[in-house]
Amino acid sequence: MTQMTLAKALTGGLRRAMDDDAKVLVMGEDVGKLGGVFRVTDGLQKDFGEDRVIDTPLSESGILGTAVGLAMRGYRPVCEIQFDGFVYPAYDQIVSQVAKLCFRSLGKLPMPIVIRIPFGGGIGAVEHHSESPEAQFAHTAGLKVVACSNPPDAYWMIQQAVRADDPIVFFEPKRRYWEKAEVDESASPPPLFSSQVRREGTDCTLLAYGPMVKTSLEAALAADQEGRSLEVIDLRTLSPLDMGPVLGSVRKTGRVVVVHEATVNLGLGAELAARITEECFYALEAPVLRVGGFDTPYPPSRIEEEYLPDLDRVLDAVDRALGY
Amino acid sequence: MECCVSDDRGLTARAPLSMDTDRDLVQLLTPEGQRVEHPDFSCDLDDEQIKDLYRDLVLTRRIDTEATALQRQGELGIWASLLGQEAAQIGSGRAMRKQDFAFPTYREHGVAWCRGVDPLRLLGLFRGVDQGGWDPRDDGFALYTIVIGAQTLHATGYAMGMQRDGCVGTGDPDRDAAAIAYFGDGATSQGDVNEAFIWASVFNAPVVFFCQNNQWAISEPIERQTRIPLFQRALGFGFPGVRVDGNDVLACHAVTSAALQRAREGSGPTFVEAYTYRMGAHTTSDDPTRYRLSADLQHWTLKDPIARVKAYLARGGGAGEGFFAEVEAESDEVAASLREGCLALPDPDVLQIFDHVFAEQTPELARQQADYASYLASFEDAGHAPVAEGAPA
Repeated sequence: MTQMTLAKALTGGLRRAMDDDAKVLVMGEDVGKLGGVFRVTDGLQKDFGEDRVIDTPLSESGILGTAVGLAMRGYRPVCEIQFDGFVYPAYDQIVSQVAKLCFRSLGKLPMPIVIRIPFGGGIGAVEHHSESPEAQFAHTAGLKVVACSNPPDAYWMIQQAVRADDPIVFFEPKRRYWEKAEVDESASPPPLFSSQVRREGTDCTLLAYGPMVKTSLEAALAADQEGRSLEVIDLRTLSPLDMGPVLGSVRKTGRVVVVHEATVNLGLGAELAARITEECFYALEAPVLRVGGFDTPYPPSRIEEEYLPDLDRVLDAVDRALGY
Repeated sequence: MECCVSDDRGLTARAPLSMDTDRDLVQLLTPEGQRVEHPDFSCDLDDEQIKDLYRDLVLTRRIDTEATALQRQGELGIWASLLGQEAAQIGSGRAMRKQDFAFPTYREHGVAWCRGVDPLRLLGLFRGVDQGGWDPRDDGFALYTIVIGAQTLHATGYAMGMQRDGCVGTGDPDRDAAAIAYFGDGATSQGDVNEAFIWASVFNAPVVFFCQNNQWAISEPIERQTRIPLFQRALGFGFPGVRVDGNDVLACHAVTSAALQRAREGSGPTFVEAYTYRMGAHTTSDDPTRYRLSADLQHWTLKDPIARVKAYLARGGGAGEGFFAEVEAESDEVAASLREGCLALPDPDVLQIFDHVFAEQTPELARQQADYASYLASFEDAGHAPVAEGAPA
C-alpha cells in the first residue's frame, strides 16, 4: 500500500502501462519536460524517452489526428488534452474519425486511443478551464467514457483504459488531483466498465462520478447525522452505463438523486432518469431528481462555489425526493 | 547557421539550425539605444512622440508588475505577464488608428492600454469576477481570447466586414480601416490560424497578423512549432511576411504602420513576426525553471525593450532626469489606482449568470433563476448561510 495523490496515482498507472507495453505512447502539450500542467506525466519522458512521451505542437486536432495514424500502425496513444475547454479543436477528429473507424472498417481498425481530459471546476481558474463536457462524448456512438474519482481508481482505471482496444475518453477530476489515499498496487481492481457502491444506505440513492463522488459522500455523512441513510454509487463508467448496481440500489431505496457538475439539460442525469424509469418504474417512490450546473456557461470563478453542486444542494434534492 | 538537406530525387529542404538570427530582422533602434536605418522601413516619429512611447512602455510594464504582485497576494486567480513584450505591443498598438480593430489573446495588456481600455477592466477576467465584459466596439479591442488562435479567424471575418462596408481603399484616412490579430508562436500550429491565413489571402482581407514570437508555448520551445522562421510561412499563403525586432518599439511601430496601411489601402494581409522573448512565466501558475535555462534570460535582458528607448532619449533625444522621474511617478500612481480598483472589484451576484446567456432570456432560464433565488432565500429565512463543501457536517 502506498499513500498517493490522485495525480500521482495516474502517473504511477501510466508508468506501469508503459512498462507493460512498448507500444504505449503519451502525447500532448507540455507533457514531456514539464510533466504536464498538473504534473500527471511527470518523469515519464525522462524514463521512456522523447519517442514515447511526445511534446506535441500546440494543436489539439493534430494530437488526435496523428493518434489515429499511430493507432493504425499498432501504437496505443494516450493523448492529454490540457484542459476540458481545449478539447473542441480536436472534437472533429474524436467524433468523426476516432469514434467511427472501428465501425467503418468492420472491426479491422480498432482505435485503442485514450483521451485524458482534466475536467470540472473548483480550482479558481479562468474560462475554458472548468468545464464538464462528458455528455457530449457519451452521446457519441463509438466512444467509451469513464471518470475516476479517487487515487486507487485513478491508478487502475488508467491502466485498464490503456489496455482496452476501444477509444476511451478518460475524465480526471482536476480539483481532486491533490487528494490522497492508499493505493494497493497489487490489488485486483474491479472491471473498468463497472459502477461501484461507495456507501450503503436505505433511504435514497445518490448517483455521482468524478469530483461529485466526494461531495455526495460528504452529503451522505451529513444526512446520516440527521437520521437519513443515503447510498452513494460512483458510476465510474459513463458510456456504456453499468445499470446493474444502479437498478439494484433504486429497488432498495426507491429514491434517486443524480449529481454532476455538467449542465442538467441533456446531461448524464437525463439518461439515467430515463433508464431508471424504464426499468424500475414501480420501485420508484419519487421522480428521479437531478442536481447539476445551470444552463449557463461556466461562471467567473469568484462565484463558482455557488454554481457548483455542493452538499447543501444535494441535501436539498434529497429532501425533495423524500418529500414525495 | 543553415544546413541543406537534399536527396537524389532533387528535393531540397533548407533547415535552419537556429532561428535566433539577426538576419532579416527589421531594427531601427539597437539594444544600446542607437538609431539605425533600414532600407524598407523608417521611423517617422519625432522625439516627443518617442517620449510618449517610452511613457506607454513604462506604464504598461508597471501595470503588469502590479498585476503579478496582486496575483501573488491572492487578489487575482492568475495573471499572464507580458514582461519583455512591451515594445511589440506598444509599437503595434500605437500604429493603429481609431477605426482599426484589435483581436487580442489574453496577454495583450499593452495593446489594451494603447486602445484606451481601462487596465482595471482587464483584471476582472483574472480575478474571476467577469469574463471580459467590456464592449469591444467602444475601443476597437475585442475580448481576450483564451482558446489559442481562435481570434485570428474573428479578425479575418471582421476585416471582411470592413471590406463590405466600403471602409477599404477609399483614400480617406479617417475611413479606411484594418483589423489586427494578435497571437503567439504556439498558435501558429493551430488549424484555425492557418485557416485564417488562407481566408485572409483568398479574400484579400484588410487584416494584419501580428505574431509575437516569444519563443515559448508554456514549456515548449519554438522548435516544437516550426522549423523555419515563422515570417517565411506567409509567402506560402500568398502574402508578405516581415520579421521585426519585437523589442524595438520604433521598428514595431514602423512595420505595423506599413502593414496596416497596406491593408487599409486594399492590398491585403501581412504577417508580422515580432521576434521577442517571454521574460516571465507563461502565467503565474507556471514554473519555467523546470524547462529552460537562465542563460537565455540573461541574453534577452540585454535586449530589454525599455532600456534602449531610455538610452536613446537620455543620450540625445531631449529627455532629462526630470522626464524619467515624472514617468516613474506617474507609473506609481497608475499602479496604486489599479490596486485600489482591483481590491474594490465586487464579486458578481450569482443570480446574474442567468441574464445574458441569450439576447433575450428564455423562460427556462428565468425559471432556473427564480428557483435558485428562492433556494438561496431559504437559507436567509432559516437564519444561516449554506454550509461550504468540506466543512464539518
